[in-house]
Amino acid sequence: MGKFFAVVLVVIALASAYPIVKHHFPLPEDISTHGHLIDKQLHETMVEAGIAFVGAQLVLALFLWSFTGRKPGAPLKSFPGGAKGLVIFAFVIVGLEVLALGVLGQKAWASVYFTPAKADALQVQAQAEQFAFYFRYAGPDGKFGQIHPEKIDEGNQNYFGLDPENDVAARDDIVSGELVIPVNKEVHLMLHGKDVGHSFYVRELRIQQDFVPGLDLSVHFTATKTGKYEIVCTQLCGLGHYNMKAYLNVMSQADFDAWLKQQSQ
Amino acid sequence: MQWKRVVLGPTLVLAASSVAFAGPNPAGGTISGKVTYEGTPAKMKPIDMSKEPSCAKMYTTPPVAETVVAGSGNSLEDVVVYISAGAPDDAAPSTAAVFTQKGCRYIPHVLAFQVNQELKIVNEDQTSHNIHPLPKLNREWNKSQPPGTPAISEKYDKAEFIPVKCNVHPWMHGNFAVMKNSHYGVTADGGAFSLANLPPGKYTVSAWHESYGDQSQEVTISGNETKTVNFVFKAKPY
Repeated sequence: MGKFFAVVLVVIALASAYPIVKHHFPLPEDISTHGHLIDKQLHETMVEAGIAFVGAQLVLALFLWSFTGRKPGAPLKSFPGGAKGLVIFAFVIVGLEVLALGVLGQKAWASVYFTPAKADALQVQAQAEQFAFYFRYAGPDGKFGQIHPEKIDEGNQNYFGLDPENDVAARDDIVSGELVIPVNKEVHLMLHGKDVGHSFYVRELRIQQDFVPGLDLSVHFTATKTGKYEIVCTQLCGLGHYNMKAYLNVMSQADFDAWLKQQSQ
Repeated sequence: MQWKRVVLGPTLVLAASSVAFAGPNPAGGTISGKVTYEGTPAKMKPIDMSKEPSCAKMYTTPPVAETVVAGSGNSLEDVVVYISAGAPDDAAPSTAAVFTQKGCRYIPHVLAFQVNQELKIVNEDQTSHNIHPLPKLNREWNKSQPPGTPAISEKYDKAEFIPVKCNVHPWMHGNFAVMKNSHYGVTADGGAFSLANLPPGKYTVSAWHESYGDQSQEVTISGNETKTVNFVFKAKPY
């Protein structure tokens, strides 16, 4: 019976690895300049975890195969150093793996988080709230108006709490429910959470970043292909979480300029 | 057209109440007039519904916010004109006041009804809504209404103005005006109102606007006369 389980285990392990190795589930299209780094990292993680997975299953199958039908009372070989040695060995192996992932992945991580956006990047502020995203552009004056939380008035389309009565910079700010950006231009997205934790995720951009209320976080990216992509919230944020989405609309620079102009009228 | 919203709703109510309460003089006096604004009202921003395509596709041009609706000839819409003092409280009519969610907006934007009158909330959209009125005096509730579900029936037992929001669609915003008596109207384009069926007496007529606040005037009615009272709100550009 044990030998049969060993064979079943090997079959299941190899059958689950097969579609991954053959890339049966390809990643979605990548439309960002840094995306290939993320994809490379995902690939390396997959290879590393895959080898560990198949290896562990094979060892398990080997144990099942070899220790089946052992005579009762026969002596057992133990791991050198006993349980303590085994735990230290496991710590070293898992530690090395995690460390390797970190070292290999630092380039991808640093390209998004440790390098600031270029000075000429398009500045956009994103605000997440239950259950929608809103995006704000500085408008013709290039200046963002101050945010006053007590002025937030959704019924009056004042999602950011602007005070156009007293704040001249706020008067021409453009607020949109869609993130419209020009292609091949860096975008510096500043994330601001209004209520609970949310997340900004565009799989084609290979960007996923949480909104944390009280923290001003930012990401920067350059989209390389025009089109419409979905922005979804990937942090369970309440009753309407399933419905919390927006669209990313990547346009040519000319179309983007026209859109901005139309919005500021 | 302008009479539709102002008069038809309340007249149904008045017709019902006059039979029951108005006694020998069902006609009574009338207070009528117009609500206008002076100055420049803020330009209403278009509503971006792109996150809810089933609603966005119902409009060829995006609808605008309704916190200030300016009508023709400087008239101000969505103003609740009512008798705030001088008239006795009326029992609720048997007809229900209907609040409809259509195209991810509230229709009407301001719904006036009486204390203990049935309030029916209908979802005509292909998406779920979550009706969340924010009363200060009444009990607060918050109900989900998926598409195709029956109307929600509710009641309020204290008079107040209640902002209403949808927890799923942040732009959705409306108001309930819970009235003590049956003498009220909500202005439409033209800003006209007419509070009929008032026995002789001294009344305080109030006009409430969600952005511009409220105003009151004293009016004395004798016999079957019609008195004209106008309200002028100061519009702010921002």
